[in-house]
Amino acid sequence: MAYLTDRKRVEGLGSAKSGTHHFWSMTVTSAALLILTPLFVFSFGPLLGEPHADVVAALSHPLRAIIAALMIVVSFHHFRLGVTTLIEDYVGGQARKIAIIAMIIVSYGLMAAGLIALAQIAL
Amino acid sequence: MVELALPKNSRMKTGKSWPKPDGATNLRKFQVYRWNPDDGENPRVDTYWVDMDTCGPMVLDALIKIKNEIDPTLTFRRSCREGICGSCAMNIDGINTLACIYGMDEVKGDVKIYPLPHMPVVKDLIPDLTHFYAQHASIMPWLETKTQKPEHEWKQSIDDREKLDGLYECVMCACCSTSCPSYWWNGDRYLGPAALLHAYRWIIDSRDEATGERLDELEDPFKLYRCHTIMNCTKTCPKGLNPAKAIASIKKMMVERQV
Repeated sequence: MAYLTDRKRVEGLGSAKSGTHHFWSMTVTSAALLILTPLFVFSFGPLLGEPHADVVAALSHPLRAIIAALMIVVSFHHFRLGVTTLIEDYVGGQARKIAIIAMIIVSYGLMAAGLIALAQIAL
Repeated sequence: MVELALPKNSRMKTGKSWPKPDGATNLRKFQVYRWNPDDGENPRVDTYWVDMDTCGPMVLDALIKIKNEIDPTLTFRRSCREGICGSCAMNIDGINTLACIYGMDEVKGDVKIYPLPHMPVVKDLIPDLTHFYAQHASIMPWLETKTQKPEHEWKQSIDDREKLDGLYECVMCACCSTSCPSYWWNGDRYLGPAALLHAYRWIIDSRDEATGERLDELEDPFKLYRCHTIMNCTKTCPKGLNPAKAIASIKKMMVERQV
C-alpha cells in the first residue's frame, strides 16, 4: 500500500526515450529475412541427402557462403530482438533482466558458432 | 506481467438461479457475473430468465429489466443508451462492447455477461477504470500551443480537420484497451490502444504545437512499443474505430524523425 496518485502511478519513471531503434531494427531485419530465407532455402535445400564432399564443396562456393553467413548474422540478430520483446512481455522484475542477458549470450553464442563452422568449411 | 490463472479469490463459482417469470413463453437465459466486495465471497455467475416479449432489443434493455423486475442488487453503469457515453462497456458473449448498442439477436444461445476483462472489479459489472483514465490524462488530451493566442479561433483547413475523423469519435469506453493482451500483461506501463489513439488525435492536429514533445513522451519500449499489432482493439471497438492503425501511424512518425 502506498499513497500514490493515479497520475504518479502512470508516469512511473517517465519515458525511456528509446524503443524506435529496436522497432526499426526489427523491421529492417524482417525485410532482410524475407529475401535471405528463400535464397538460403533454395541454395541449401537441394543439398539435403547429398554426399558429404558435395555439401562441403557447395558451401565453399563464395556466393553460397555469403548467403549462409548473412542468414546466420541477420537471423540471430532478429532472434535477439524478438525474444527480448517476448521476455519484456511475459517476464517481470529481476527475472526479466536475467532472462534478457541469458538470451543475448545464447543469441551471440549461436551466431559465433555458426560463423566459425561456416568459416572452417568455406575457407 | 503475465498471469495465466485467476487468483484464488477471483475464481468464479456457480451462483443463484433466479426463478423464471410467471406466464412468459418467450424466455431467454442470461448468465451474469456477480461480485460484491462487502460479502467476502468469490465471484459467482447468476442465471436470470428474461421475457423477451416485454423486453427491448438491446442487451442493456435486458439488464435494466433484470434490475427493475428480478434483482435490484445487480450493479452496472449506464447512461445515454445510444453509444455516446461509453458507460455500459462490458464483455458480452466474449466480446467487449457497449450493452446499449449490442443487439440480443447478435448473440447465439445464452447471453453471457462479464465485466471488462483484466481490470479490478468495483462491483458486479463495474470495472475500476481509474488507471485507464489517468493514462488518458497523461497524453495531454488538449490543444498545446506556443504561438500567441489568436484574436479569434485557431484556424484549421477542412482537409486537416478531416484527418481527425475516426479518432475524435472515441468515447473512452475502454473496450479496446481491455481486449488487448499486451495491456493485460503490462497495463501498468503500456498506455493501451485508447490512450494511444487519443495521443495520435492530438499529434496530427494541425493546430497543436507540441508534436515533438508528445512523440518524446511516447518514445518508450512500454508506453508505445508494447503494441504488437494484435488488432483485438480494432476488432472489438463498438464505434468502429481503428486504434491499431493510429498506433502504427505513431510508430511511423517515430521512425520518420529518426531515419
